[in-house]
Amino acid sequence: AAPQGRLLCGPGLRRSGAGLLVTKCGLLRHRPGGGGAYWVDSQQKRYVPVKGDHVIGIVTAKAGDVFRLDVGGSEPASLSYLAFEGATKRNRPNVQVGDIIYGQFVVANKDMEPEMVCIDSSGKSSGMGIIGQDGFLFKVSLGLIRKLLAPNCEIIQELSQLYPFELVLGMNGRIWVKAKTVQQTLIIVNILEACEYMTAQQRKQALAKLSGN
Amino acid sequence: FMQRGLDSQTKKQLEEEEKKIISEEHWYLDVPDLKEKESYIIEERSFLRCEDLVYGRMSFKGFNPEIEKLMIQMNSKCKGEETEEDDKMEADVSDEEMARRYETLVGTVGKKFLRKRDQRVLKDDDEDDEAEEGNSNTRPSKRAKKMFLKPQD
Repeated sequence: AAPQGRLLCGPGLRRSGAGLLVTKCGLLRHRPGGGGAYWVDSQQKRYVPVKGDHVIGIVTAKAGDVFRLDVGGSEPASLSYLAFEGATKRNRPNVQVGDIIYGQFVVANKDMEPEMVCIDSSGKSSGMGIIGQDGFLFKVSLGLIRKLLAPNCEIIQELSQLYPFELVLGMNGRIWVKAKTVQQTLIIVNILEACEYMTAQQRKQALAKLSGN
Repeated sequence: FMQRGLDSQTKKQLEEEEKKIISEEHWYLDVPDLKEKESYIIEERSFLRCEDLVYGRMSFKGFNPEIEKLMIQMNSKCKGEETEEDDKMEADVSDEEMARRYETLVGTVGKKFLRKRDQRVLKDDDEDDEAEEGNSNTRPSKRAKKMFLKPQD
């Protein structure tokens, strides 16, 4: 949040002189709390790495002490093997090529290669790290991810009534789902992909059919 | 440069000479000081700060209990409400019972470590407030030896 008296201008807006310039097309949103914030709610599929974002990355290469992760941006991100909880030079994390990792960016600007870590500022992993076996990884647009991550999201609440499952949402548009059977997993995947273009009513109908079956 | 045995006076002179040299060579701008523009706008490129988003890792209906605990923890950090409730741990033993047990415990364990004299004092105090000298030897011994009780037929 912005300190007292200062305005936060979010993605899509840029400061120029004493005013603001709009750099993206979309809806202008405003949050009155915490000093006020304005941003442009735009739709895009391509992710641009931003510092502090939690993303899902796929390990593509191991280069000495550093892993290269594909996060869907223009460059592969780097992840040091020491950036895991409880990792030391002798105690290396068991990461192979092709593993899925949930982490956050510490460095992400247009001049440098993005760097990721799997621990937070206090040294705890708090859910980050290698995502386990099985499950299904797929890509959606960034706007849907933000909709799903909003507090009290209806889609997530309705889905959680169906079956027990586990969900990881990355800000780079990637979602990983795991449920008990393959069929349940695929159902959840299809709903999440389709609910971007469905109205609330259509979604409820679809879910009613499913829970009826 | 630091030479041993330099007088303080000569040191001062050398320092002053150095300063003179430096200040002559020191460049400065011949421009009035610019006022710093106070910026009231902060640029932020992340949606996380603007929109108050929830943590990205979720689990439902007990699929992964660790992540469910994490969900509660992360989301309460944002709101800052439920953390206070978790501080009171449920105690296995109630406070009253604990006080009773402690009372008896301190007495019994404490007696073990007393010296012999102190033990006699304790025993005497139980009965009467009499002087320790003289009859003190017979009384505790009498008290210690309990009469053998014959079992009844």
